[in-house]
Parts: sequence; structure tokens; C-alpha cells
Amino acid sequence: MAKTDKKHTPLVHIVKRDQGAITWQNRILIRAIAIVLALLVSGVLVSVLADTDPMKVYESMISGVFGTERRRWNAAQSVAMLLCVSLAVTPAFKMKFWNIGAEGQALVGGLACAAVMFFLGESLPLPLLLVVMIVASVVAGMIWALLPAVFKAFWNTNETLFTLMMNYVATQLVAWFLKQYVKNGSGVMDVMSDYGLPMIGEYKYLLNVLLVALLTVLVYIYLKYSKQGYEISVVGESENTARYIGINVKKVVIRTMLISGALCGVAGLLLVGGTNHTISTTTVGGRGFTAIMVSWLAKFNPLFMVLTTFLIIFLEQGSKQLTSDFGISSSVADISTGIILLFIIGCEFFLQYRIVLNRNRKEVTK
Amino acid sequence: MAKPVALECRGVTKTFGRVVANKNCDLEVYRGEILAILGENGSGKTTLMNMVAGIYYPDAGQIFVDGQEVTIASPKDAFAYKIGMIHQHFKLVDVFTACENVALGVEDEGRYRLADVRKKVIEITQRYGFVIDPDKRVADMSVSEKQTVEIIKVLYRGADILILDEPTAVLTPQETEKLFAVLRRMREDNKSVIIITHKLHEVLSLSDRVAVLRKGESVGTIETADATESSLTEMMMGVKVELNIERSEPKDPQERLKVENLCSVNEEGRAILDGVSFTAYSGEILGIAGIAGSGQRELLEAIAGLHHLTEGDIIYQDPKTGKTEDLRDKNPIQIRDLGVRLSFVPEDRLGMGLVGNMDIVDNMMLRSYQKGHGFFLHRREPRDLAVNIVEQLQVATPNVSTPVRQLSGGNVQKVLVGREIAAAPTVLMAAYPVRGLDVNASYTIYNLLNRQKEKGVAVIFVGEDLDVLMELCDRIMVINSGRVTGIVDGRTARKDEIGLLMTKSKEEMQDGENG
Amino acid sequence: MIAFLVSAIRLGMTFLLGSTGETITEKAGHLNLGLPGVMCMGAACGCYAEYAYLTDAGMEYSPLQAVVIPILAALLGGAVMGLLFSFFTVTLRANQNVTGLAITTFGVGLSEYIIEEADVIFSKASKHFTAPLIPFAEDLGSFGKLVLGYGIFVYLALAIALITTYVLNKTRVGLHLRAVGENPATADAAGINVSRYRYIATCIGCGVAGLGGLSFIMDYLNGMWEYCVDAIGWLSLALVIFTVWKPNWAILGSLVFGALYVASSYIPGVSFAGKELFKMLPYVVTILVLIVTSMRNRRENQPPQSLGLSYFREDR
Repeated sequence: MAKTDKKHTPLVHIVKRDQGAITWQNRILIRAIAIVLALLVSGVLVSVLADTDPMKVYESMISGVFGTERRRWNAAQSVAMLLCVSLAVTPAFKMKFWNIGAEGQALVGGLACAAVMFFLGESLPLPLLLVVMIVASVVAGMIWALLPAVFKAFWNTNETLFTLMMNYVATQLVAWFLKQYVKNGSGVMDVMSDYGLPMIGEYKYLLNVLLVALLTVLVYIYLKYSKQGYEISVVGESENTARYIGINVKKVVIRTMLISGALCGVAGLLLVGGTNHTISTTTVGGRGFTAIMVSWLAKFNPLFMVLTTFLIIFLEQGSKQLTSDFGISSSVADISTGIILLFIIGCEFFLQYRIVLNRNRKEVTK
Repeated sequence: MAKPVALECRGVTKTFGRVVANKNCDLEVYRGEILAILGENGSGKTTLMNMVAGIYYPDAGQIFVDGQEVTIASPKDAFAYKIGMIHQHFKLVDVFTACENVALGVEDEGRYRLADVRKKVIEITQRYGFVIDPDKRVADMSVSEKQTVEIIKVLYRGADILILDEPTAVLTPQETEKLFAVLRRMREDNKSVIIITHKLHEVLSLSDRVAVLRKGESVGTIETADATESSLTEMMMGVKVELNIERSEPKDPQERLKVENLCSVNEEGRAILDGVSFTAYSGEILGIAGIAGSGQRELLEAIAGLHHLTEGDIIYQDPKTGKTEDLRDKNPIQIRDLGVRLSFVPEDRLGMGLVGNMDIVDNMMLRSYQKGHGFFLHRREPRDLAVNIVEQLQVATPNVSTPVRQLSGGNVQKVLVGREIAAAPTVLMAAYPVRGLDVNASYTIYNLLNRQKEKGVAVIFVGEDLDVLMELCDRIMVINSGRVTGIVDGRTARKDEIGLLMTKSKEEMQDGENG
Repeated sequence: MIAFLVSAIRLGMTFLLGSTGETITEKAGHLNLGLPGVMCMGAACGCYAEYAYLTDAGMEYSPLQAVVIPILAALLGGAVMGLLFSFFTVTLRANQNVTGLAITTFGVGLSEYIIEEADVIFSKASKHFTAPLIPFAEDLGSFGKLVLGYGIFVYLALAIALITTYVLNKTRVGLHLRAVGENPATADAAGINVSRYRYIATCIGCGVAGLGGLSFIMDYLNGMWEYCVDAIGWLSLALVIFTVWKPNWAILGSLVFGALYVASSYIPGVSFAGKELFKMLPYVVTILVLIVTSMRNRRENQPPQSLGLSYFREDR
């Protein structure tokens, strides 16, 4: 083949980083840059849409999250709820079990709680009702997680797709429940404010926040210091190693998913029993999906997850303020959340790989 | 008048992270010749050829095809220069048929029609004497059939320079002979054939010239006619092989592990282990030799409780009580709970023996994390152990909280072997424990094994380097295709005798028994 | 009965477009969980283009342009989302699941923004999409209604599904694409540009899926925008599994899904609540298919082997 050899040398090529070569300071720096860039982009975007000064946009967002006591409580509550679901998916993810069914698991947890309140609210004394609510939510969440786990463990059924489908089964179940049992036929359940988790003092959300804070610490300890947490890490890192040391992988998969599901059930309990006192198909509101990203971005570390959760809630709630301050569409919240997620996802690349510029290679003379 | 140069590498260098795979490598291949590239494991043979085939991109250096400098940035570029490589790990799509795999990536003129591809494939098979069903799915093929598809693939693209990466490692002797015949026919067709190998007899019987690599650098190229086994070995190893591994006489050998008639099959129902029986004694090192993939790994895994057996017994005799236990169908935890102190250094260090992303302390816990009461881990003991091992075996690491993935190969192995020895085993199994290690690290491992032997441990050592096996082991068991073809004394055995056993087929064995 | 089937087919075609698009993407090894976002964006871009065109052209608009412009816009809107997804997963090698979910969040948000800038009622424009492509179909009785009486989208969806099947199984491009999804290292070694195939397949797939989003609004909903395109997206994703990655099977599968989805409205005696249980059926049958295929473990019915995995040539 008479090929004239004037093909260009690739301008850049990509090299995987030596994991030791990047310091933790740089890791944090790269992530910080990504977040700042994302905030800049969404800020500029909104200021263009709203035809205003970018600084005003940030001002408005900050006031939307911290401006009044009520807003601060709302933010704390939102952080707690998202964090709770994120905690729930984390053990499964650490095991590399792609549980994207947290939405459904939390929703059936909420449904179980709502059903208990709806049917037994009047007949049971409150303390007993609380116990039944808790048990029902947790068990419902566990069942929803158990199904995909069992099939994954024994037949290697694709868990991503299985758990995804289970979300919609749960949604339809809630839709059916509402239409079947809500007497007025509107499909909207009245708020059952007489029953539900107790309030601490006059703070509506304090119990939720405290419970989730406790869960955060517990999950952190479980993953880092318990034998079961260690097993999860080993299975997640290498199933072969797990086999080598005699870990029963099936057992660990099922056990971990039960925990994941139970925590999702708790999230449902807190949402229905502790917050809304009613249920709808959107009670979980996409948290099950956002949680996946929260957990993944925090590298499955529950303590870092507090930060990532806060970041996302800040954007969400701040954007809502933008809507009322500047009269722009409420969809801006989703858009800016999307932008920041993509920026953080993208920056992982620079943590993993290095781009090398090829030196100019000399022309060869024979 | 010399034959024209088809391919030339000049000063090619490639590094992976901190590891230098190739440094300033030079190589020349002529038209119509078979060139063998010889070198130990990890000497950079495959990496060098991967750069010629466009899989890796060199950090520095030049490649010439037919005297013109070329840039090979991708396999596609390589094909454009009529270079084709048959990788050791076949690059085939399992769900495709042979024909579909052959058609992959080929940009013929005109429309794509599988029937045309099929016709051409059959032409090629007839020309070179391959036997293959072009419509068979790769997933249903034997290893040798898959290799055939790989070769047809390269020929179909009209490659003039063929690179084969250790093609005989997975073949039976008969299949190897057939392959060599095909390669010779290609040489007659004026093609350049490059065969990567570390088997000396193949080099001598097949090639025209030999290029030798050592530790990523080219040592030189010589005419095969001028080469002998010992001269090649010398080039490969640098110095004449005088390993000088110490070897003491076994003291008070006692039956420790008796393996009887182990049989197992793979997913497709083909035999992996086929009636393996042997006894390992305390205070001796039993070597296991064989062509790669003869069932060595499965044998050790079966003993460790990781490989399912269809038949056979594994009888362990306790040194203190003399009680015997059958370990068959028990998992590693059950084996440990029986009080059997069985340590196992698997071949796949970071994929099985250790977890790469965990630090040294957490890796120490792998075997012992369930120790101690309660729900929580106890990290104190593993930490002490980690510190100890780092100190005693001189593991080069910043600290014990460093993920093992960041350590070099030798240090990874020290961590693994250190942990397995720390369990005070009565049986220690090690699969290819010095693979990829430098000389110093290798000797550290030999010494560790010898210490264990002197302590009365029954050591089972799977190795690939016959010189090492013959200097280290008290007895050497040779297996081929899951069958034991012989057990010889390590002190008196000859290399050619072992080599013969390694390729002895079932029929030959039966003939031997009858005759 | 006829009305039921017609309705099932019209909805089914939306699923068919969505799932064909996703199949193309998944055959390249990309599990794009951003499909709902992509379909939303396709719908929104198409609608916005229609709005802009109609506003601009006023009364003298051309019916042909009123059909073609939104279709092109939907294709483009979907493809841009595909480009975004590929950029992250191929060039930046990000995790596909996480990227996909972020794309869904982003796409759903952006589509709502876009549609709020435009209009939510396109009943007039929709007539051009639903008008029978074959003029005399209405006169041929029930046969005509059932087979020939559809607007452009039904035939477009069928054509795309059939062409996709043909391309995947009978052409070199299809062979290469399947290889990329099954075993990118092999494809790469064979000289196939894995990145390019993944980029292009994802963009085309997402464009087709975007078209699906538009068909839902313009055809099935007769031009009444509803904020539920994402739910249709998840069902399309389910359909891919249900039909084990085969677009020709998806033609039948989409009818099954469409029928299950609308059945409750046509079966007498199904209660208001019972309808919701009916809507659960597509997901349940998908789960069953998933379970059965994994139990039988037949090779031809498995997902592409490297589905969901990024590829980096020099990984060691």
C-alpha cells in the first residue's frame, strides 16, 4: 500500500492517573472548581432568563434558603428527607448493586404508613399505632427491595432494570389505593393531621432532622466499622475475593438490600407519618433518583453526603425563590440541578485521568 | 542479498504509571520469515507488539513499515499497514458466528453480504487447511477453534505481518503442530510471522530468527540456526541460570493432605480436572508443573473450597491429633472452622487474594475479620500484623493505610504471602507466586516458602519456570489437561523429562500403562 | 373494539419510537436512563418549533412544513441530549447510570421551561399529524380505519423499527454496532472506532426517542400537552427489555404495551381504581420477562454484554 506517511500524531492522549499521584487537596480543589463553575453557569443562565444582575440571583437564592426561620426549617427538612433516601441506597451501591428503586421502596413504605393511619387510625391507641406504622413501613420497603435482590442473587437478573420497574409498580399501587379508598373520588387523600409521628416541642420538622442525623451516623458506623459493612465492601470491590475468603455473596446481597429497603421504608415513614400525613403518587418526588446521584457523588460516604445533599437542596429551594422573585419558570430548579450534577459528574474525569499533550515528534530522516 | 525489511521498531518506549514496560526497544522483521520474540513473563514482549498493532500508543520511538515511518494510533491504522495481531486473550464477540467475527471491522468495497464473507472464509480455510464451521457461534467453540477464527480474521484482511501472542499456551501438542504447519505455509506465501513465546523448543523448531527481550529492553536478535537452548536462556535471563535456591532435606515428612481422584467439569461439561490424585507431605515443597490452563488453578481452588468437584476426596490429616477430615464440598469458612489451617496464595493477587482499593490493614483482615466478638470489626490486631509484615518483609509503602493497588507487584505479593503465612498454616498453597516479580522479590518469596517448609508446613507450589521448580521443590507433579502425568523427584529430574510429561496426552499415558 | 385497537396502536407507536431509539443506544453499550428526559426534550422542542413556525407564518402556513419542522426539531432536540450523554459517558467516561439520571432531571426541567415559553395546546397543528396519510382510508370501513387510517407517526415508527432491524442484522454498520455493545475491546481491535459508534448511535437513538416524545403529544394526545412524557419514557425503557433488544419484536410489544395502557378505558366494568392496576401491567410483565430471560439464560436474549460500561482502551 502506497501510503504517504503524513498522518498526524494524535494531539492529546488520555492517561489513567496513578491513584497515588493526586493529593486529597487537589481532589477537593477539582470538585470545588466544578461546583463553582456550575453555580456560575446556572447563575448566569438565570440572570439572562430573568433579565437581571447575576449577583441578585445569588442573593435571592441565599435568601430563599436562609432568609427566614421558616425557610431554614424547610431547607433542613428537605435535606433530611433527601439524605435519608441517599443513606438508604448507599449500602447497596457500595456493594455495586445498582438499586435505582429507592423511589418505589420509599413510596411503598409511605403507602404502608398511610394505609395504617387510614384504616387503623381511629381504632388503635396512638402509641400502638406508631409501632404498627413503623413496622409496616419498614417491612413494605424491605419487601420491595427483597424481590430484585433474590433474583439478582440466584439468577443474576439485571437489578438496574428490575428495581427501575418496581418504582412504577409502586406508583400505580398508590394511585390504585387512592382511587379505591378515598371516598370522594377525587384521588386526593385528606391530611390526617390527628395521627402521625409526634412533634418535638413546636418544631414540626425537628424529629425528622434528628432521626436522619442519627441514621447518618449509624450508617457511617455500619459501613466503616462493622463486620457486615466490611463484607459489603469486599463484595463490592471483588466478588472473587469474597468467594476466596468464604463470604456467602448471595446472603450478603440479600441482607444488604433488606437494609437498603428498610431505610427506604423509614424515609417513606418520615415523609408520610412525619411530614405530609397523607400520600400521593409524588410523595417521594424523585428523591429516589436524586439520592443515587447524591450517594455516588459523595463516594458513598454518609458524611460527605450531607454536603452533596445540601448542595442540591440549596439549588432546588433557591431556585424556587427565584421563581417568585423574578417570575421565571419553576422548572429552573430542575435545570440548575441538572447542570450542577453534570458538572460534578464531569469533574470525576479529571480525578481519574490525565490529559497528556504529545510533544512535537521530530521528523525522521533515514 | 537479505530479504526486505517489513517492519522495524526503533527506540520504542512505553510506560504505565511508574512501570516501564518497554525501554528503547529495537526490532526488525523481514518479509517471508518467522521471527520469534522470546522473553520471560513481564519482559515487555506483548506490550511492544501491542504498540505495533495499535492497541497502545508508544511514549517515544519510531515504527517503520516497508521502510517508511508510520504512526499507528489505532488498530485500524495497523490494518491499513497490513499488520494483524492474534491476541492471547481472544478478541472475539461471543454471540457472533465465526463469519460475523471475521467480517467485523472490514470495510470492503460494495455492500455487506454475509454470504460473500462466508465464501471467502471457506476459501481461506481450504488454502491453509483449517477445520472450522463458519456458522458456529464463538460461544460454542473450543479454544483452538477460537484461535483459528482469530487467524482467519487476520488473513481475511490480507495481513502481511502476523503477530501471534503465545499462541501455543492453550493448545494441545497436536494442535500446536497443525498451527506451526499453517505458519510455515504463510512464510512460503512471503508473509512475515512474529510469534511471541517463552518456550525455547518452539523457538528452535519454528523460527528463522529470534529477538530476545529482557526487562523491557531488546537484548539482540540472532539467527535460530546459531542458537541453542542454553544460549537463548542466557540471553533471556542475562546470566547463565544458576538460581542457587537453598533446598534442605525434608525433615520427618508426614502425610498431610491426600487428594484422591478429583474430577470437575466446566460450564460446557468438558473435564477440567480428570482424576487427580496425590499426597502432600509436611516439611516438603511439592511443585506443580504444566502448560498454562492445564487445571492447576482449579486444583488449588478445589482444595481451598472454591471449585466445585464432581468426584473425589480431599483428606486432611491434623498434625496434632492425627484426625482426618474430608474437605470436599466445604467452603473456606467451614474448612477454617474445622481447625484446618490452610493458606492459599492465589494466582490473581489483586482480583482474588487482595482487594486493590483497600489499605494494607483492611487486607490483613480479609481472612480474619470475623474473629472476635460482636458486631464490630477489630482493627487493632490486623494493624499490628500489617506493621509487622511491612517491617519484616520490607514492603516498600508509605504506610499501612496505603491502598495495595498503589504498591508495586513485588510488594503486593509480599503483603499477600505475609498474610497467608501469618495464619500459621499447616498447608500452604501458592499459585505462580513469583510471576512478574523482580529477582530480589522472587528470592524473598522462595525464602519464605523454604522457612515454612522447615517449620513442617506442607507447601504446594504451582510454577511455570522449570528451573525454579527444579531447584526449589522436593517433588514435582506434572499435570496436563487436568490429569497427573507424572510425579518426579526435584533433585534428580531432568528438564526434558518434565517437558515431555507436560505434553503427554491421555492416549500416550494409556499406552505407557499397557506397554 | 376498533376504537380500542386504534387507540392502542397510536399510543403503542410512541412506545415503539422510544424503545427503538433506546435499543439503538443500548446496542452500542449505552444504558441511557436519560431516555425520559430525552423524550421530554423531543416533545418540547418539536412543540416549540411548531409554535414558533405557526406564530411566524400566521394564517398562510404550509401544512407540509407544519409537519416537517416539528419533526426535525424533535429529532434535533433528542439528538442534542444524546450528544450530551455521550460527551459525559464516552469522552469523560462518567458512570452511565448517574449521567442518565442527571440527564432525565435536566431534560424534564428544560422541556417544561421550553413548553412554558410556547403554548400547551396544539390541537390545530395536531390535525396535520393525525390526518390519515392515505386519504380514502376512512371509506374502507373498519379495515381502513384499523390499518390505513393513521397519521404520519404510526407509519414513521413502523418504518424506523423495520429499518433499524434491517440495519442491525443485515448491514456492516449494524454488525459493528452490535460488536461495540457486546465487546468494545474486540471491536476496537478490529479497527472499529468505538467512540464514534457510541456517539453516533446514541445521538440517532436519542433523536428517534425524541420523535417518540413528539408523537405522544401530537398524535396520541391530539396536541394537548401533558406533563407526563417522562412516564412514557420509562415505559419505553421497559419495552426494550420486554422485547429483548429486538426492534422488530418491539412492533408487537408496543401494541401489547399500548393495549395494556389503554385497555382499562375500553373494558366495561373496570372501576376507576381498577384502571390504575391495569396501568401497572406493563411494568409487571416487563419484570416477568426480565426474570424469565435471566433464568433461561439464553445468549441471544441477554442485554448487550458491556451494557452500562465505559470503555478505555489502555485500561489494564
